[in-house]
Amino acid sequence: MTPDQATPANPTIDRVAPRRSRMKNMFREILKAPITAKFGILVILIYGFVAIFTPMLTPYGETEIVGPEFDVWGDTFILGTDGLGRDMLTRLLFGARNTVGIAFLTTVLAFLIGGLTGLFAAIYSGWFDQIASRIVDVLMAIPQLIFALMLLTIFGTSIPTLIIVIATLDATRVFRVTRAVSLNVVVLDYFEAARLRGEHIFWLCIREILPNITAPLLAEFGLRFCFVFLMIAALSFLGLGVQPPTADWGSMVRENAVLITYGDITPILPAIAIAVLTLGVNFLVDWFLHKSSGLKDGH
Amino acid sequence: MTDRLLEIRNLQIDGESDEVWHEIIKGIDLNLDRGEVLGLIGESGAGKSTLGLAAMNFARPGCRIRGGSIRFDNKELTKESETALRKLRGVRIAYVAQSAAASFNPAHQLIDQFSEIPVVHGVKKRQDAEADAKDLYRRVLLPDPDGIGYRYPHQVSGGQLQRAMTAMALSCRPDLIIFDEPTTALDVTTQIEVLATIRDIVREFNTAAIYISHDLAVVAQMADRIMVLRYGELVEEASTRKMMSDPQMDYTKSLWAVRSFKKETETTASGSGPLVKVNNVTAGYEKEDVLKNVTFEIHRGQTVAVVGESGSGKSTAARVITGLLPPRLGDIQFNGKPLPKDYRSRNKDQLRHAQMIYQMADTALNPRQRIRSIIGRPLSFYLGLSGQKKEDRIRDLLSLIELEPDVYIDRYPDELSGGQKQRVSIARALAAEPEFIICDEVTSALDQLVAEGILRLLDNLQREFNLAYMFITHDLATVRAIADNIVVMLQGEIVEQGPKQKVFSPPHHKYTELLLSSVPEMNPDWLDDLIAHRKQHGAMESTSTS
Repeated sequence: MTPDQATPANPTIDRVAPRRSRMKNMFREILKAPITAKFGILVILIYGFVAIFTPMLTPYGETEIVGPEFDVWGDTFILGTDGLGRDMLTRLLFGARNTVGIAFLTTVLAFLIGGLTGLFAAIYSGWFDQIASRIVDVLMAIPQLIFALMLLTIFGTSIPTLIIVIATLDATRVFRVTRAVSLNVVVLDYFEAARLRGEHIFWLCIREILPNITAPLLAEFGLRFCFVFLMIAALSFLGLGVQPPTADWGSMVRENAVLITYGDITPILPAIAIAVLTLGVNFLVDWFLHKSSGLKDGH
Repeated sequence: MTDRLLEIRNLQIDGESDEVWHEIIKGIDLNLDRGEVLGLIGESGAGKSTLGLAAMNFARPGCRIRGGSIRFDNKELTKESETALRKLRGVRIAYVAQSAAASFNPAHQLIDQFSEIPVVHGVKKRQDAEADAKDLYRRVLLPDPDGIGYRYPHQVSGGQLQRAMTAMALSCRPDLIIFDEPTTALDVTTQIEVLATIRDIVREFNTAAIYISHDLAVVAQMADRIMVLRYGELVEEASTRKMMSDPQMDYTKSLWAVRSFKKETETTASGSGPLVKVNNVTAGYEKEDVLKNVTFEIHRGQTVAVVGESGSGKSTAARVITGLLPPRLGDIQFNGKPLPKDYRSRNKDQLRHAQMIYQMADTALNPRQRIRSIIGRPLSFYLGLSGQKKEDRIRDLLSLIELEPDVYIDRYPDELSGGQKQRVSIARALAAEPEFIICDEVTSALDQLVAEGILRLLDNLQREFNLAYMFITHDLATVRAIADNIVVMLQGEIVEQGPKQKVFSPPHHKYTELLLSSVPEMNPDWLDDLIAHRKQHGAMESTSTS
């Protein structure tokens, strides 16, 4: 029984907002975005470009031994070579493809598993919700990195297992978020109307709920992506992630760690690559969260 | 001029939307003497709340005071510092908001919140403030005045909260109180008590007040003088009695006439038996029964109004009929055949024939779907229409609800006004080609003029398609306008039902009598007369338990 309130920015009774076009709106929004968000977009675009066009950007192969070991920075090998004589820059570029690609696949899989179960849990509530939520609670109770190490030791360290294990563990977080935001939609009248119409569960998910929770889910996707990415790097650093000779930023830090003792910054480069992407994605997500939460700066 | 408390001259306030500033108050003058009550009337968006807040030189976020002068007790507020203003607000000018439930901090006891302002401003010591609170609680007729302050906001009812809020506003004995729709969220029977309390207490302390409301009849009881606002401009100003008896401007007259809509033909029950029969239904949540042994019938082409206060079970009845809440006992019959209790076991046809229109059109339409798909979905889902046929039908429906198809078909709901959204909800229900529509408080979130348009539309559609309506409402004016039969509910039971003529003419059931007499009338003496009448009959006591 909430009666209408006089909204200050509503000068006429039947005021109608002008029609808007989605693309134009998006472009305008990006132009208006804070500098950090623009930086984030730029970083992601560059990384995406590099990951897609890697072979064209470098004359050397990913695992090709092209020179002496631990060569210094120079004209032939701009960033030197690693402990086996492979070109550092080439491996960095390929690392973008591998690390980012695997992280992206993993996050997508995590969202498929966690998102769908979260949606179903919100719609069906009752016993399905109870069972799913308790399973998730149990999974979340175990420290994630240790759990992942254990599972990878059991199932072996191929890339598919890596993706599946991390996706499953991360799906628990996605489940939580999706369920929470969907519950807000499930109680609304238009959802009830669709339910009373007799709509199928997939229509309810895809047409009624999903479009209304995309903003928080996208933001969550960005955050999850960062965590997955860091987790893969960490696992690789520990020797259980991406296996040599595949180029991967995490393992590259480990392989070249010796150089640090000689005051060479080369081993830091993959770490910086990780840091910049994480930062970029986070900036973008922050902006997104800010937009979707509808917060406005105080006057 | 000696007793002038507040003087506003040529006030201009801008509001921001989508980073464009536009005027929402366009140069208004306002005078208020000590002890005088001024009523501000207008529809939503007229700028009455904004003007009320401006009396303490306050603008909501997204608004700014651009020009004009605000003189309070011979001080120019627009030139005062923020610190000086803060001293003024709460102490000399108090504000009572529409929703007391949302304005109290749920984490603190009432008396703590009462004492906060006088203590912070150094007007009173803590003990004095508490003693004063109890005294004021007594004066605003709260039950158990010594103990109620130690309760939390959720432990008292809405009407009591609103009275506690009024007491709180008086804690520093302000010169001016701004009441912003203080009774709009309350049931009619509760509203009366709050109105009486506010008026008595304002008179007793000789406090000046600005009373903001969209309900004319309510303002007529409270105010000495009335200002009618529209689009941020003053339409008319006069003393209450003059304004009520002799409004000058066309707009004012149209506001006065709003309640005059009446259904043209009274439909009587046709011989074919009831379309919907709620048969001995008992239903509820957890262990509690919200509906107890409820039986009523709805015939083709008829409107049955279900009336009652909040918590009387009228919305629960709708949920039982739609199958969202399977009843514990009894059943729902449609066309003489029992419907499955749970909506999930009903077939498409059974679902199609009972449609629903909701109170809040904002949440009843999916904000991410265009009008085309909102109205189109029932067409393809129930009737299997597609392509050009579906498109044509959507356009027909839009014309039927008096929205220009070419303009509106590709819009999103947030590009529509409240009344237009409600019209789209109606079109969505109609698209299913139902025989029966449940209207759950469909007009209570709308302005009176807009609401009247919706009622007229519903009435036309009923005649055209021979629809049956179940009209859930707490507003008796709406019931008078649209109902054929009336079901009066109280605490989950039906206290009286029958044709409108019979229910509305004496002898009434005691509760119906209370409901009917609680509807504010345009007569400025109505509240006085009513209270005098009730005091005589002792009816006040029996209701103050709510």
